Amino acid sequence: MKPETRSATFLQVDQDVEAVSSFYEGVEILSIRDALEKYEWVEDYFWRAIKRDQDEYTKEVDVEDVNGYFIRTFPNVKVEFPVEACLYLKSPRKQKVHNLIIAEENSELNIISGCTSHPGVGSGMHLGISEFYVKKNAKLTFTMIHSWEHNIEVRPRSAAIVEDNGVFISNYVLMNPVKLVQMYPTAYLDGENAKAIFSSIIVALEKSVVDAGSRVVLRGKKSSAEILSRTISKGGVIYAKGHIVGDAPNTRGHLECRGLMLSDEGVIHAIPELEAKYPNVDLSHEAAIGKIAEDEIFYLMSRGLSRDEATAAIIRGFMDVEIKGLPEYLKREIDKAIDMVEKDLF
Amino acid sequence: MDMLRVVNLGVKVDGKKILEHVNLYVQKGQTYALFGPNGSGKSSLLMTLIGNPTFKVFDGRIMFKGKDITSLPTDERVKMGMGMSFQTPPKVSGVKLIDVLKYCARIGGYKEEDIYEFAEMLNMKEFLYRSVNVGFSGGEIKRSELLQLMLMNPDFVMLDEPDSGVDLENVAVIGEAINKLLERDKKEEERRRSGLIITHQGHILDYVDADYGLILYKGRVACIGNPYDILEQISKNGYEGCLRKCLREFRNLENLNNQNKNLNQK
Ligand SMILES: Nc1ncnc2c1ncn2[C@@H]1O[C@H](COP(=O)(O)OP(=O)(O)OP(=O)(O)O)[C@@H](O)[C@H]1O
Ligand SMILES: [Mg+2]
Repeated sequence: MKPETRSATFLQVDQDVEAVSSFYEGVEILSIRDALEKYEWVEDYFWRAIKRDQDEYTKEVDVEDVNGYFIRTFPNVKVEFPVEACLYLKSPRKQKVHNLIIAEENSELNIISGCTSHPGVGSGMHLGISEFYVKKNAKLTFTMIHSWEHNIEVRPRSAAIVEDNGVFISNYVLMNPVKLVQMYPTAYLDGENAKAIFSSIIVALEKSVVDAGSRVVLRGKKSSAEILSRTISKGGVIYAKGHIVGDAPNTRGHLECRGLMLSDEGVIHAIPELEAKYPNVDLSHEAAIGKIAEDEIFYLMSRGLSRDEATAAIIRGFMDVEIKGLPEYLKREIDKAIDMVEKDLF
Repeated sequence: MDMLRVVNLGVKVDGKKILEHVNLYVQKGQTYALFGPNGSGKSSLLMTLIGNPTFKVFDGRIMFKGKDITSLPTDERVKMGMGMSFQTPPKVSGVKLIDVLKYCARIGGYKEEDIYEFAEMLNMKEFLYRSVNVGFSGGEIKRSELLQLMLMNPDFVMLDEPDSGVDLENVAVIGEAINKLLERDKKEEERRRSGLIITHQGHILDYVDADYGLILYKGRVACIGNPYDILEQISKNGYEGCLRKCLREFRNLENLNNQNKNLNQK
């Protein structure tokens, strides 16, 4: 991405922060270690959305040499260009990351995070804690593009706390092989009218196991959630989970999981879960898994597409989710990722 | 000159016979109207001609422009100059109409700019960036199908009920477009395009003057004649009445032929 199209950047290789700079006054970006030193109050946010002892992996990240990014918008600031954060796994050991993102009241922030490993790194593990705080009337869009390799194990642990009228949008894209991704990011909509949208596009190639869900806990009155996933298995195993909890009156949520099976190998489990704790809670879900429809292929062939071209167009269409709040340049990023994976899907 | 020659065609779906002993000969420049009650096999015939793999040919063959295409895949047939608009096309979510039209234009030898011109003509401009057929109304589907067909600019045009469920204003739009596509605006001897149009009510025939009418009945060709006569008979006496009359004439015709033969022999 060209410098003029981003507002700040961050690069961490293994445990070392190699580059951190902000080009825009309204955005503060620091390594988490520096942030903890600079502001006493950062402690209050550290391990608040996620519990230290949630599981063995959160415990593992709770160590001295943890590093990560701290990104924060100042109140009333709308950042037009995204912040780009990159986590790079170079040596074959465990990368431990703890990120803190705060969108102060009435601000808007957009983050693109790429997590990737050095080509041929061998085996490795990425453990990442991300805590998001979306204050009153703020809007935070977080897009994560993962690209790992066959022998990397990835266990992100993310949670967001959203206040009154806040909006949290999370987009997740995974198209490369990976040994294992296991995550269940959760948004706690504490505020009235708060809103969360999770969208994910997941491709699991042979030998990949992807266990990825999204959870929204609707605790504020009139808060709402939308969870969308598109999963494709070409030999890989996918658990596409979703969970919406209606824990306050007048809340709404919709969950949609669609899966496409491209080979006899592999499995897709779609596991949508809805939980209502009040009578006036409106929750729904839609889940469907199938193969590419022959009549659609034939239809496109009748317009002059070859069988392969028709198949590619349908797969691409399947992944083309109307991701809400996604700016044009991000769509292009995702398109690029789709282009790259297309050859692997045949 | 030959455009299409269907010889003794038999077709099965899921092991069930739905077309049998179908013979049809369409010359360059000719347009046929295809009638028949619901479920008689009209759509199946078009699907088989364009090569939908669900429809299995168990007997006979299909010759197109002098070549046996019975086992050719659909995209090859389309490249040879066949084109079809569907009665109920599938929805393809995420695939935008504009992207499909680009392929159509490539087949028809049109430029990308031409797409917008045709779209304008068929009132389809606002649909270009929508997923093809997803949430389209009945009439919009018909216009979208025709738009695709026009850009493919085929030599042999198959239309499956282009006029069903279309309001009067749009029937005129569609009718004129088809008329042009089939070169019905040209002099008879200058026409090179051929057509096969399925219609129930025949609204489209107010705009497109078909040369012949054909009734498909229980998977067989039951009658060939003047399309306007057939349409009148169907609306007056229903299919049964029309077929009885047709059969009678057919017998007379046969008798006549036999008499002629006898005369000749004598
Ligand atoms: N894909 C299919 N699977 C099973 N049966 C089919 C299929 N397609 C067509 N048929 C059957 O073949 C017969 C002919 O159907 P077809 O669609 O060709 O009729 P049609 O003449 O076009 O009727 P309509 O006027 O209602 O459009 C019907 O009995 C139909 O149920
Ligand atoms: Mg039909």
